[in-house]
Amino acid sequence: MLNIILPVLIFAALALAVVGAVRRISLWRQGRPSPVSLLAGLAAMPRRYLVDLHHVVGRDSYISNTHVATAGGFVAAAVLAILVHGLQLESRILAWALLAATTSMFVGALFVAKRRVNPPSRLSKGPWMRLPKSLMAFSLAFFLITLPAAGILPHGFGGWVLALLLVALVVWGLGEMFFGMTWGGPMKHAFAGALHLAWHRRAERFGGGRSTGLKPLNLDDPNATLGVEKPADFTWNQLLGFDACVQCGRCEAVCPAFAAGQPLNPKKLIQDMVVGLAGGSDAHYAGSPYPGKPVGEHQGDAHSPIVAREGKALVDAETLWSCTTCRACVEECPMMIEHVDAIVDMRRFLTLERGETPNKGAEVIDNLIATDNPGGFAPTARMNWAADLNLPVLAEVKRTDVLLWLGDGAFDMRNQRTLRAFVKVLRAAGINFAVLGNEERDSGDVARRLGDEATFQSLARRNIATLAKYSFRSIVTCDPHSFHVLKNEYGELGGEYVVHHHTTFIGKLHEDKKLNLRGWKGGKVTYHDPCYLGRYNGEYEAPRAVLRALGIEVAEMERSGFRSRCCGGGGGAPITDIPGKQRIPDMRMEDIRETGAELVAVGCPQCTAMLEGVVEPRPEIRDIAELVADALIEQADAVDATAKKPQVEEALA
Amino acid sequence: MLLSTPRSSADKTAIKVAVLLSVGSHPLTGRGRRAEQDARALEMALALPQADAQLIHAGRLNDESEPALRSYLGMGPQQMTLIQQPKQADVLPALEKHLRQLGPKLILCGSRAEAGEGSGLLPYLLAEKLGWPLISGLAAIESVDGSSATVLQALPRGQRRRLRVKLPALLTIDSAAPVARQSAFGPARRGQLAEVDAPVQMDTEQEGWEVQPARKRPKRLKIIKATSARDRFKAAAAKSEGSGGQVLKDITAAEGADAVLKLLMEEGVLRVSS
Ligand code: SF4
Ligand code: SF4
Repeated sequence: MLNIILPVLIFAALALAVVGAVRRISLWRQGRPSPVSLLAGLAAMPRRYLVDLHHVVGRDSYISNTHVATAGGFVAAAVLAILVHGLQLESRILAWALLAATTSMFVGALFVAKRRVNPPSRLSKGPWMRLPKSLMAFSLAFFLITLPAAGILPHGFGGWVLALLLVALVVWGLGEMFFGMTWGGPMKHAFAGALHLAWHRRAERFGGGRSTGLKPLNLDDPNATLGVEKPADFTWNQLLGFDACVQCGRCEAVCPAFAAGQPLNPKKLIQDMVVGLAGGSDAHYAGSPYPGKPVGEHQGDAHSPIVAREGKALVDAETLWSCTTCRACVEECPMMIEHVDAIVDMRRFLTLERGETPNKGAEVIDNLIATDNPGGFAPTARMNWAADLNLPVLAEVKRTDVLLWLGDGAFDMRNQRTLRAFVKVLRAAGINFAVLGNEERDSGDVARRLGDEATFQSLARRNIATLAKYSFRSIVTCDPHSFHVLKNEYGELGGEYVVHHHTTFIGKLHEDKKLNLRGWKGGKVTYHDPCYLGRYNGEYEAPRAVLRALGIEVAEMERSGFRSRCCGGGGGAPITDIPGKQRIPDMRMEDIRETGAELVAVGCPQCTAMLEGVVEPRPEIRDIAELVADALIEQADAVDATAKKPQVEEALA
Repeated sequence: MLLSTPRSSADKTAIKVAVLLSVGSHPLTGRGRRAEQDARALEMALALPQADAQLIHAGRLNDESEPALRSYLGMGPQQMTLIQQPKQADVLPALEKHLRQLGPKLILCGSRAEAGEGSGLLPYLLAEKLGWPLISGLAAIESVDGSSATVLQALPRGQRRRLRVKLPALLTIDSAAPVARQSAFGPARRGQLAEVDAPVQMDTEQEGWEVQPARKRPKRLKIIKATSARDRFKAAAAKSEGSGGQVLKDITAAEGADAVLKLLMEEGVLRVSS
């Protein structure tokens, strides 16, 4: 009897799964077009899954091993079950293989179940609590019904009662694993996840690459809606990406805004986008809500605005404005979902179409338009800090080796100390450098992250035109935000440069033995990785190498390197200033204090400002350039004294 | 019932509000922008629930003025009327003609332009020509009905004066009014600039003028002898109060005029030719 029911059940489940898949795909196709190669993507998918995805999953070895056993077991079991029970192939070998696969899956399921006993708060509950049981049902059912085929038990063993019981288990297992996969059950992550890996918008991320620059917005068509107003305004593969979320909450666990009690939770945001693409309300969401916002009050569909002008829609604007664009969520997401892209896309609509950048946003944007800097300072005052330094200006010297990009920190008294320190280091090393001086403009970083792509592109284009007038080998900057934008975001507008962060540059100077440094005499030091240097550009080593060169042994914070916690200063967050329960820099200062450090070395004007904003007493904050400048042993009669001597004196003056 | 029918229909008919908008100039960079006070005037019109705001600019459309004018459209309205006027034109007659045709109940504008002559006289001259009342330093429009408006006028030191004015009227706005909303790029570039021709009258007087950048005038320092922080704050926040003034009440217009004339002569504003 079973050999009639089983094929029917299996193929019925498969057929339903196909119908579900078609339906799901049509939901994704509501999105805007996106140029990806479908076939090449599918071909690359297994590798992306096995290598890139497991690289991220592997950071949590418990769930990584569990996933290998469960998912590997399931895929094998599903194929073998179709062969053995669906097509009724009589083969002992296949049957034994199926037994092995289901065993592996069952063992995996036990570990999944164990994780679900007192699950950490980041995990979603609801249907996800059912999943381990469903996995067990599937594996157990197929194990038991395969025993006769493997010749272990006689056919018809146990009579019809057992047969009925097994059929029930099979139906449950197939329902969750085949039907649920395309009809929106927890197993959807496997189906959407695989296709998301295949057709990811940033293929460069795979194979050890990095792709962190925001995608430019096409401003050519005056009638097109700018940015994302409705879920259907995302590209189809972004929608697909949202659908791949496994609700593991790793993003939630690392999000500084969530920890600070601001109304943002990256996991919930992605789930809200799923609600948006399929239509409905967030009432079924079973994870942590946005802090301070109860679940069940928001709803939407693919063709309605995500953010309401008044009242509630799918997401509240303040949720989008809480993000510091620190990329911790993206770095941590095993499904390689791009939260920051989505958030900036929606911000673009709010800024460019609605003119609703909160708090100081509008003022900063107006300043950038009128004065090319966010503070609204006279552009002619950009070089005031260096009035006594006699810096060579490109407008006069025309060519140089190194262009020192000042950034808007040139207007900030604290950052001016860093800049002066770095100039001293450059001079001590005898570097031929120059600045743009008053010809420099804001890089466009903050405008872009506030969603004002038009101002970003305007600033970028003018900067690129200015840079094109001069000849230089590389750009060095003390500001990781300018660094990132110049390096990764000007390319698409026609500006390709070799750009270094000052810590990388100092590291190179030290390697080349151009710096003569005194040993560190101070106390314990820790180092704070800026998001835009670390996660955005993968530079974790150079700053540490420079600190080592100074004789400093870095007392690492628990969250450092790629897991560094944001200072709260990125993405225009201090400008939009969405209130929470605590401030992000205070939390980061707590991390710093835990190391027992007396001093925290930084490499970013924004981090400096945010951390120095924490009330005293607190560890001291110094830029690496300042630490190096302080440790310089000035040797006027060093190697090439002729070229260096006057400059050194100037720096001292 | 009898009363309410005409009223509700009157409520539905929007009140036409003309907003005069100029091309501003950023104080530090001189770049064109929406003029700060004019933008506040537009904000006030847009915030009035029953208003049908008509945006009007008299001047030229070129690469410099267009982004500035469009940034008013970025605040939401879909159209702006552009009364074509060459550079040295006196825009007053053209504005007057256009406004008479349009027939608004209210005209709103900033109290002075950020570029050009910037004398702040235009609203007064316009009101005089139209024969309308003018209220300056508007802080808020509290209510408008068919025939009159209740407004708040800003006085020094945060004081407000409630005034009732018969319509049509001209209201000018300075920085006491609420800040203008953000201008958004998308609507700004989609908005329509409807150009209309108008008679041109050149400002011949201006041709003889010599224009030079203003010099900062020296300011007398206030010497504050304060012992406590509270005193220092009070001194810093205080507006110099006029001393030796005189409040004239219940007098005839002629007496009042005499008093004003006397003061002007004392202050040396008017010289007596002996
Ligand atoms: S980028 Fe950072 S702040 Fe924004 S959602 Fe992700 S983790 Fe949170
Ligand atoms: S977005 Fe990524 S990290 Fe966050 S819950 Fe979903 S799968 Fe996990």
